[in-house]
Order: sequence, then structure tokens, then C-alpha cells
Amino acid sequence: MAGSPTALIRKTKAKLGGGPPRYSAAGLVRRGLSGDPWPRVWRDVDLKSSYDVVIIGGGVHGLATAYYLATNHGITNVAVLDKAYLGSGGSGRNTAIVRSNYLTPEGVAFYDRSLSLYNTMSTDLNLNVMFSERGHMTLAHTDGALRTMNWRAEVNKLQGINSSVITPAEVKKLAPSLDVGTDSRYPILGALYHPPGGTIRHDAVVWGYARGADHRGVEMHQKTEVLDILCEGGEGPDGKGAGGRVTGVRTSRGDISAPIVVNCTAGWASLISDMAGVKLPIHTRPLQAAVTEPVKVFLPTVVVSGSLHVYVSQTDRGELVFGASVDPFNNYNVGGSLEFTEELAGHVLELMPGISKMRLLRQWAGLCDMTPDYSPVMGTTPVDGFYVDVGWGTYGFKAGPVSGEAMAEAIATRQTPKIIAPFGLSRFASGALVGEKGAAAVGH
Amino acid sequence: MLLVPTPFGPRNASDLRYVGEATSRPDPDTATPEAWRDYLYLEHNPAGWMRETWYDRINRVYFQVERNTATNEFRNPTMPVTKHGKQA
Ligand SMILES: Cc1cc2nc3c(=O)[nH]c(=O)nc-3n(C[C@H](O)[C@H](O)[C@H](O)COP(=O)(O)OP(=O)(O)OC[C@H]3O[C@@H](n4cnc5c(N)ncnc54)[C@H](O)[C@@H]3O)c2cc1C
Repeated sequence: MAGSPTALIRKTKAKLGGGPPRYSAAGLVRRGLSGDPWPRVWRDVDLKSSYDVVIIGGGVHGLATAYYLATNHGITNVAVLDKAYLGSGGSGRNTAIVRSNYLTPEGVAFYDRSLSLYNTMSTDLNLNVMFSERGHMTLAHTDGALRTMNWRAEVNKLQGINSSVITPAEVKKLAPSLDVGTDSRYPILGALYHPPGGTIRHDAVVWGYARGADHRGVEMHQKTEVLDILCEGGEGPDGKGAGGRVTGVRTSRGDISAPIVVNCTAGWASLISDMAGVKLPIHTRPLQAAVTEPVKVFLPTVVVSGSLHVYVSQTDRGELVFGASVDPFNNYNVGGSLEFTEELAGHVLELMPGISKMRLLRQWAGLCDMTPDYSPVMGTTPVDGFYVDVGWGTYGFKAGPVSGEAMAEAIATRQTPKIIAPFGLSRFASGALVGEKGAAAVGH
Repeated sequence: MLLVPTPFGPRNASDLRYVGEATSRPDPDTATPEAWRDYLYLEHNPAGWMRETWYDRINRVYFQVERNTATNEFRNPTMPVTKHGKQA
């Protein structure tokens, strides 16, 4: 029945790539009028006893890795396991700032690739991720800070990144609410301005990658906690450790065999690596953030102050989102503290005295996997088949797309892509650290 | 607020400097590059009990305590140590 309407619809669907329904304006209107339910964003399927690749951690890194394994390499027998729900870690708790004005040439090239993937993401994932290229400004309050900013600007420009040092007058023009007077405790001496930086809707990125991966056959399993990593042949107990290889994982829902296991668990990365007998250069610290009641939009760019340990941006809804540096001691507790709020308020008011009457709505925290050089740890480990994509500290959300793309390539080709080669675990033995503290300690 | 048991009584964590996981410095005469790497960079980072070093800025003393990093409880007496982790 070639000419029947159903056949026509089927044919059109096939032409459009077939598969699950795409989001569109027409679909929105149709569902708005008909009240038809929306389809599930990803399927709920049974856990199998074996996969080609098991990814631990359903944050942006795990999901992007799964998405690019399926999309770029056709590897679809993949499970993403999360002990809670997708986006329950840092990926659903961050302040969503994206930028590429880092300090080292390796860092700049890497984060810039991520920014270009973010630029086309709404189209690629068929989901509006609300990328807002609103500009990113890092204030300098000391000569030392200004010197680092000039250095960063030159490194950035050499790699074609739009980044330059601007004067206090230009700062005032971009963000009139900032106090650029010279009689404050830490007067603003200038700023590093990076117009392509901005904010994004973090939840949409997580859901977009999950949905895209699901459409290509990847399985997402929430409430599935990894309890152990199964290994053989290693020098440690139970065949774990250097010289061994991975054979699968033990989960709260049973054992799964897999020749490749990827650790994408950020704040929990050390616990997972320990299950394979791999020690990491990582410690876990909470990072806190807070948000105010919404007001009329007045702050057009992201503003960061390293010296004052604070940064702020305004959401499209009008709330001010604040963040700071990580808590001062190791902790797996995300309770938050009053000290944070007090210090934050003091510093914010120094920058913007005009907002003293605004009220905070809420504060929260997420776990961050801090490394000694503020760069990630990515790629192979001394255990064959056990990969890491960790060490994301306070700055890893923006790196999700490029990391997923590169980790997928590393797994599919069994070769480390050039763009992540500087970030291997082996750099801590060779001493070739990639120092990004000057560009990542506060301005995540 | 975290109240830390120091050799001089309980103090708020913000009066102290956190040094990190308790380690002891390898012997410079015999240490291999791997031993230096382990000492300088690698960490156990447990979610639970761990022995750690803090620095009391006012009394200028390093000390070690055991803290549970999941619950923030402390146990066992605090012990003053040298900067490199030896018993003071
Ligand atoms: C307050 C705050 C603000 C931030 N701001 C920014 C910012 O502005 N810009 C930026 O780029 N970055 C920012 N970050 C950092 C960023 O959020 C993280 O680096 C990033 O989200 C890490 O993503 P991930 O996918 O690696 O890990 P996560 O999103 O943390 O996901 C890890 C997942 O692993 C799961 N897991 C853990 N243990 C197990 C187990 N045993 N079994 C199964 N699953 C397990 C967890 O449930 C979790 O869902 C911020 C972080 C915080 C906390």
C-alpha cells in the first residue's frame, strides 16, 4: 500500500533519519492543542549481564562519552550506570559558566574545542541548551593578577581566542553595577575580557546527551551503584592494580562483564579507581554556590574576581548566581556552611554595593575532584581497559563535550587523541604538569 | 563550622590551615622518582576515616587527627608532628 497515508508518514520519517520523535515548534503546538503526552526522554530497559563498554557516572562526562561512542564510532552496546539519577553530581549543581581563556596552550586548545561543540549543540542534540554567549570578565585587583591576565590574553590571542585586557573604565561600561572607584579595599585595576564566554543550561546538556545516546541504542541505568571493579592479572589483591585488566563491574543490581570500564565519577573518582587498584592525584572538596531572588536584568556579563574569591552571573530569569573557591578541607559532605554565605556576601558587596538589600534564596554544594595542577586526568591507566576521565575540579562542566568526544576516540581507536595527551596520569611521574591554577581556581 | 580538636583545645577550622592527608616524606638519599611522585601527588582520598595534618597558625604547630570525611566526626587524640609528618 505504497500510497497510503501511514506509508507516507513512515517514508517521511525514514527520510528524516527515522527513530524517535524530534522536538520541533510544530510538535509543541500539536501537543499543546491535543494534550498528547510527550514521549519518554530515554528508555527504561533491563540491565544486561554484559556490555562492550560500561561507563560509571551519569554526569555530562559519562553521557557525552556514551553519545560520541555511539555517534562517531558506532559503538552502541554501552551502559551508563549512576548510583543516583542522571545529573545528580556536579553536572546538575554547577554554575554553568563556559569559556576558553585558559593559561596554558594545551588548556586553551582543549577548552576551545568544547566551546565550539557547545556552539552547535542545540542543533546537534535537537534540544535547546540555552547557550548564552554573554561575555566573561575576570577582574584584577593587584599588579600580580594584572600580570597573569596580560599573560593569559597573549596566550589566548596566539591561539585565535577573543581575549584581551581592558581598563576599569571599560569594565564600568560593560557592567555599570560594579564599583570601579579607587577608594575600595581592593580597587579594580583592569580585567581580562573574553566575549565568547557565557552560560548554558546545564540540565539541558545532560538530558540532551542522554537522549541522543539513548536514540542510538545506549542504555542509561539510574539507581545502579558500582560496588566493585572486577579485574584479573594485576599485581594487587584480587588481580587488581598495575599489569592487570578489567573484566567487569559488581553493581547493586548484579555483576556485569565488560572489557572496558570508564570512570566518570568526578568527586567520587578516587573511590572508583581504588576498586581497580589505581591511585589518583585527587582529593575531594565541596564547592558551594548560592542564588538570589530574581530581579530585573542588570548584569550583562559573567564577572569573576580571583582576589575576592567570588564570581557572579545573572540568569535569564533574573536571579544572581554566586560561586566561590572550594571548601578549605577534604570532605564528602554537601551540607554547606554559614561561613561560606558570610564571606560570599562580604565580597560580593565589595564589588556591587548596590545589591545589599537582595535576599539569597538558596545555597547548595557539589563534590569536586581537585588535582594538583588544576588540569584533568584523562585516558588509560596501568589497568588495561580501565579508563579515567576525572580531575574535573571546579571547572569540568564546560569540558564535557570535548572530553566525551576525545574519550570516545581513545576507547574506539585504542590510541590517545592529541588533544588530551597532555592530561595523562603519567604526567605526575614525569613532572610535565599542566598548571592552570591561575586560570581555574576561582573562575570556573 | 567545623570544630577541630587541636593540641590546645577545640578550634574552628577557619583558625587553622588544612595541610591534607597525613604522609611522611621519603628519605631524600634513597627515594626513587616513583616514591617522590607518590609522596607529592597521589592520595587515598577515602570517604570515611582518614589521618590528616592541620597547622595551627596561632601556636605555629603542625598536628595530626583522624576525621571521618563523610560525617566530620573526629576520633583518637591529636598528635603534634613536624612539618614532614614525624612525631614532634
Ligand atoms: C557549585 C559548583 C559550581 C560549578 N561551576 C562550574 C562552572 O561554572 N563551569 C564549569 O565548567 N564547571 C563548574 N563546576 C564543575 C562541574 O560541575 C564538574 O566538573 C562536572 O559537572 C563534572 O561532571 P562529571 O560528569 O565528571 O561528574 P558528575 O556530574 O559529578 O557525575 C558523577 C556521577 O557519578 C555518580 N557516581 C558516583 N559514585 C558512583 C558509583 N559508585 N556507582 C555509580 N555511579 C556513581 C554520581 O551519582 C554522579 O551522578 C562546578 C561545580 C560545582 C559543585
